[in-house]
This record gives sequence, C-alpha cells and structure tokens, in this order.
Amino acid sequence: MAIIGKYFIFLGTLFTRREKMKIYWRRFMEECVGIGTSSVLIVAIVSTFIGAVSCIQTAYNLVSPIIPVSTVALVVRDMVILELAPTITCIVLAGKVGSNIAGELGTMRITEQVDALEVMGINSASYLVLPKVLAAMFTFPMLVIMAAFLGILGGYLAGTLSGVISPRDYVYGIRDGFVPYNVFFMCVKPVVFGFLIATISAYQGYYTRGGALEVGQSSTQAVTTSCIAILVADYVLAQLFL
Amino acid sequence: MIEVKNIVKSFGDNDVLKGISCKLRQGETNLIIGGSGTGKSVLLKCIIGLVKPDEGEVFYDGRSFYGSDKEGQQAIRREMGVLFQGGALFDSQTVHQNVQFPLDMLGDQSASEKRDRVEFCLERVGLAGTGELMPSEISGGMKKRVAIARAIVMNPKYLFCDEPNSGLDPLTGVKIDELVREITDEYKVTTVVITHDMNSVVEIGDNVIFLYEGKKLWEGDKHSIMHSDVAELNDFVFSNKLLRDMRE
Repeated sequence: MAIIGKYFIFLGTLFTRREKMKIYWRRFMEECVGIGTSSVLIVAIVSTFIGAVSCIQTAYNLVSPIIPVSTVALVVRDMVILELAPTITCIVLAGKVGSNIAGELGTMRITEQVDALEVMGINSASYLVLPKVLAAMFTFPMLVIMAAFLGILGGYLAGTLSGVISPRDYVYGIRDGFVPYNVFFMCVKPVVFGFLIATISAYQGYYTRGGALEVGQSSTQAVTTSCIAILVADYVLAQLFL
Repeated sequence: MIEVKNIVKSFGDNDVLKGISCKLRQGETNLIIGGSGTGKSVLLKCIIGLVKPDEGEVFYDGRSFYGSDKEGQQAIRREMGVLFQGGALFDSQTVHQNVQFPLDMLGDQSASEKRDRVEFCLERVGLAGTGELMPSEISGGMKKRVAIARAIVMNPKYLFCDEPNSGLDPLTGVKIDELVREITDEYKVTTVVITHDMNSVVEIGDNVIFLYEGKKLWEGDKHSIMHSDVAELNDFVFSNKLLRDMRE
C-alpha cells in the first residue's frame, strides 16, 4: 500500500512547478518520435503475424459445415479490434517503451543527472516524465489503429494464401455485423494503457537507487508491473464499456 | 555567505552527521575534507537541499533554506551552480546544449545572447570549439570543465563542487583547482568544495573544515592545517608520504 501511495504522490508532482510551455512542447515532440515512431516496425510485425495466426487457428476450429466460412473473418476482425490490437500491442510496448523509460530515468538517477536538474530549481519529475506520459497517451492509439489494420490484413493474407477462406468471403466477413463502437473502445484502451505504462515505468526508473544492477532491476520491474496493470485495466475497461 | 547551523542527519541507525556548524565565506574557496564515509557528500547534499537534515538549518545570506516555501527554495537554488562528482552531463545533449540548458530553462535572453554566453563560458574553461561534441566523445577532465561551464553560465552566487578531481590525473586535477580558484576570485562567489585530495587543500584552501566521524573536528586554512595538534587531522593530512617527508 505504501508503494501505491508513493506512486500517486509521484503522479501529483508531475503537475506542480511546471516549466515553460514551449519547453514541454519540444520535449513532447521528441518523446513522440522516441516512443511512437520508433515502435512502428515492431508493432507492424507483431500485429500482422497475430492477425495471420488468428485467422488460421479460427479456421482450424470452425469445422462445422453449417457455419459460413466468412465467420472466420468476422471472428478475426472482432478479436483483433477488441483485444489483440490494443492489448497485445500495448504489452509489446510495455516491454519496449517501458524498459526504455525505466532504464533511461534510472541511469539519469544514478549518474546524478536528476540531482543536477533539481539543484537548478527545475521540477525534474515534471520535466522528464510528463512529456513521456503525454507522448505515450497520444501515440499509442495511433499505433493500435495501425495494428488493427495490419492484423486484419495479416488475416486476409494468411487465410487467402493458405486457401482456408476466399478473398470474397473474407471481405464479406469483416463487413458483416460491424459495430463502430468497438473501434471507439479499441481507441480508449491504448490511452489508458499508455498512461499506465509510462507512469509505472517512470516511477520505477525515477526512484532507482544504486548502480547498474538496480537499473536493470527497475527496468524488469517496470515491464512486469506494467503488464499486470494492463491486464487488470483491460478487465476493468471491458466491464465498464461493454 | 552560507551559514550552516547544527546539521544532524541519520539514515536508519547510522548517524552520519552529528551537529555540523560552519560559515562558508563569500569570495573564498571553502573546502570540506575528511576520509571516506565521514559525511562530506551528505553534508553537501543537506546544504544544497537534495537531502533534508533531521535537525539544523542552512542560511544563504541570511535566508533560511529549509524555512522557505517551495518558491523561496527554488529562488535560492537558481543562484547555485553545482559541479557533481561525475559531471552529471545530460547524455543526449551536446556540450553546447548542456551548457545552454540552464539558460533555456531559467533565463529569458535571446537566442544570440544565449549562444554568446555559452561560447564565453566554454572559452573560459578552455573548451572553445567543442560545442558540437557529445559527452561520450570527451575525456573525464573535459567533462568536469563542461560541468563547470554549465555551473557558472547563470552567474551563480554560490558554487558547489563535489570531489572535482576524482578520477583525474594530477595535472588535470591541478587545472581544475586553478579554474575553481579563478572563478571564485573573478566572480566573488561563495565556493564550497568537497574533497579528500590534499593537493587541492594546499592549492586553493582558503577555509578548510575537517570532518571526522560526522563531526567538525577542526577548521582553519591551508597554512595552519600543517601545524595543528589534532591527531586525527594529522593522520589524514600526513598519510601522504611526500607531505610526511616535508614535515620532517
């Protein structure tokens, strides 16, 4: 409980004694490139293959002749949009972005760079962490949207190339019974997950004490805690929104 | 002037500082010396506000640091320049960006004024023309000099140096000492240096404070340190064979 309290106190310090807005804007843009743009390739690869595997495995399970083949595409679409794109993508990003944030801040802490900011009269938590949090909340939905598109495309390629479904049936299936609200839900999840990943990882890194070993431990702890937080939040959001 | 009054600090059962009081004078190089683990760095962190003491107070020209609110403390901090032991340069920024950083965050000068000020400071520490290098591309001595340039770029009233010669060869260490001395004299700052290097004491020690087991055991200058009757201080000062031979 003490750790949870300290985490919320840490969140509070992000919004006090802020610096000039133009400094935050520059930092925010830098973090969008570092967090968002650099994650495009890994998200693209993971989501394409997840869509492909989902299609093949769904087709493997749907063996009843009374169920239309286009159902495979419908299932892939809803799985990708509701769960695989937002949750799996963000778990991958927890590993990539979360470890990067924790490692960077932990290293800054042990090399006294954070202390250097503090003695200049700068709120180091706000200056270092707030742009990362905002950048994660801004770029993660874009990455998830891209992941959803590529996941469905991956399913199309895998299904049609392996012959389990025709292109016509696949396109029919992804259009059948489409609920636009699911896309809204898909976009809400990465905003929440991005906030959790950035703040938890930043908290772990910011309060690192020791040397290189402790930085590694902070990085690992950031990833595991972020993943658990994502899964808990996933359940809570599903209960609230669906 | 900085006045330190009865600073006490413990970490769990470990009493690190046991009531330290001293006056750190303006325009002088004030050295805090002692063996490893005697609380020098903790005292420095208490003075600059990175670690809150359990008891005691620090006054900056009559202004209480721990008695001030957040804005008051921030105002005092903005009059400080600090040289950390490892330099604490920001790895993702060039030398020029590192030195300009306080101006960007706290100053309101134009871009050309900032650039001129940075170039002046880099030239002052003997690093003209190195602005585009990254911290990973420069030597340890150069990192310390960049850190000094960053510490003085805002014309501080108080300059703090945490073991400025650590990890440096003797020649470079002397150059760093000379630079600290010159800046203190030129800008009339209150300079506080944490060190266990006797060369620094001999070179620049206007006011020397000796810590032993968390207490201030002796205070004087670089001349009187050679003739004290404090046994623990003599053990520290004359642990160096050269100085021992000189005394004999």
